[in-house]
Amino acid sequence: MTAPVLALLQITGPTTEPHFGVWFLATIIKLIVVFTVYMVSAALLTLAERKISAWIQDRHGPNRVGGRSGILQPIADGVKNFVKEETYPDAANLPLFILAPVLSFIPALIAWAVIPFAAPWGSKWGIIEMVLAPMPIGFLFILAISSLGVYGIVIAGWSSNNKYALLGGLRSSAQMISYEISMGMATIPVLLLAGNVSMSQIVNQQAFETWNVINLTVAFLIFLVAAFAETNRLPFDLPEAESELIAGYHSEYSAMKFSLFFIAEYCNMVTASALMATLFFGGWDIPFTLWDNLAPHTFLKTILTLVAFALKTGFFLFLYMWIRWTLPRFRYDQLMSLGWKIMLPLALTYIVVIAGAVVLLEALGFARGSWPFHLGLAMINLAGVVILFMILDRGRLVSPAYSRLDRRDLAKLRAVSATPIAPPLSETGD
Amino acid sequence: MSIGVKVVERPIEQTSYVRATLTGMKHTLKHIFQEKVTTQYPEEKESISKRWRGTHRMLTTEDGKAKCVACGLCPTVCPANCIKLVPGEDEKGNRYPLLFEIDEFRCIFCGYCQEVCPEEAIHVGRHYENSEYSREGFVYDLERLMAQTHPVCEMWDPADPRGE
Repeated sequence: MTAPVLALLQITGPTTEPHFGVWFLATIIKLIVVFTVYMVSAALLTLAERKISAWIQDRHGPNRVGGRSGILQPIADGVKNFVKEETYPDAANLPLFILAPVLSFIPALIAWAVIPFAAPWGSKWGIIEMVLAPMPIGFLFILAISSLGVYGIVIAGWSSNNKYALLGGLRSSAQMISYEISMGMATIPVLLLAGNVSMSQIVNQQAFETWNVINLTVAFLIFLVAAFAETNRLPFDLPEAESELIAGYHSEYSAMKFSLFFIAEYCNMVTASALMATLFFGGWDIPFTLWDNLAPHTFLKTILTLVAFALKTGFFLFLYMWIRWTLPRFRYDQLMSLGWKIMLPLALTYIVVIAGAVVLLEALGFARGSWPFHLGLAMINLAGVVILFMILDRGRLVSPAYSRLDRRDLAKLRAVSATPIAPPLSETGD
Repeated sequence: MSIGVKVVERPIEQTSYVRATLTGMKHTLKHIFQEKVTTQYPEEKESISKRWRGTHRMLTTEDGKAKCVACGLCPTVCPANCIKLVPGEDEKGNRYPLLFEIDEFRCIFCGYCQEVCPEEAIHVGRHYENSEYSREGFVYDLERLMAQTHPVCEMWDPADPRGE
């Protein structure tokens, strides 16, 4: 066994491309490790969610299984879900009913493949990229795969043959398609600055210049909101709105099939958080230093950048939960109008602004990537953020029940109510 | 928008979604670090009132007999009809209960039996943790009522209405 493996491990030095055998072995090891870590963190996130929800509500949360921290709670939940009864509704379309959880679970996993999670490691067998599939089309792949997640939910809703499930499925398809557009549009400025769709290129550009969140704050905010909608998390969890749709698309699911939907939600959260960290917060880059980005690529650097990446992703995961337990659910019309009337025009305008700014700054003689260029971009972005917040702060953002009427509409309505529609009824008649 | 509805012009501070969101998030973040209010129930318990009316208890005389003289006042006064009493009389003419049963499931814990008892025999107690495997298990007979050890309810005293 060892001889053929050793033959594959040809030593090439820490700066060259690895030999095929090394690349193959490294990829398999990375696959196993990343998959395991991903699944364990998804399990722990269910615990974290319950803990954070409890703390926000002044409770302790799960603290019976595995000591006061309740660390074994995910295992107990998993065992419970395995031994529970699988229910199959009589009227369900069985093949699709069984396929749906898988369809929602797999895209959540696959999207992770192109996210670089640490600095490359220059081992003696060649330089090993810390990403499962260093694809040159990185970001396009994510856009393509993340759109597939909606199929699982729609098929689950349809195959359950249940009106609430169907409504949940329909809602989710409308919601995810609406927000995917703004999500894609929000990342165009990132690609404009990086000049590339490869994720490692985006990370490198941010590491050597500035994090995109400083230059492209508006794009980040749009992406953040769209990511919440994409992962069906509160305040956009309309597909599973408990109070209206029982549990939406998974009301007919039980045991492990339900669990798969649940895990898929957390996997989607991890992926979306990692994407936000990668696209706008420099990915695995350690801020304020270039030490981690330059050769020699030691193993220490890989580990430290991995920690940096985990911290950034963890922050966004916390933000997800924090917002979930703060904000109530949007109304459906509010969700749609936010997506189509605010986010999409905003994203499109922002693309034009950033593209114009880049052209303008280059025409003024600031080279791309130089600090005056970024300073100029940051100033333009700052102006954009200030204007955006002044507009958003007008109280008509999500059409609340007491939304302020346009004065012209108000005058028109008052005029209508003042004119009698029909001759007044006779008081003497019975 | 219905015609004729009064439209309130609210200031921006009250209608801004952004400010409301940020305030809400500040509030929830503050609560994460606040002291928790949970009582870890089986390990720690909330103290209950001295006048708590719970599981019944029959008090006994020094020689270990029930104080009950089977006068029949408690089954009469009981609004839930949960006390079953069959009186008996020994050779000296002392009355005692041949059968005394309280169905704790039917009982509404009003405490009238304790109030009406001339011998201060039957009491409601300061105790609330009961569990049985069957409904029949909740019909407490005389031995079971006498075997209870929890403190009994202190009745309301008009001279000391707050129990101080």
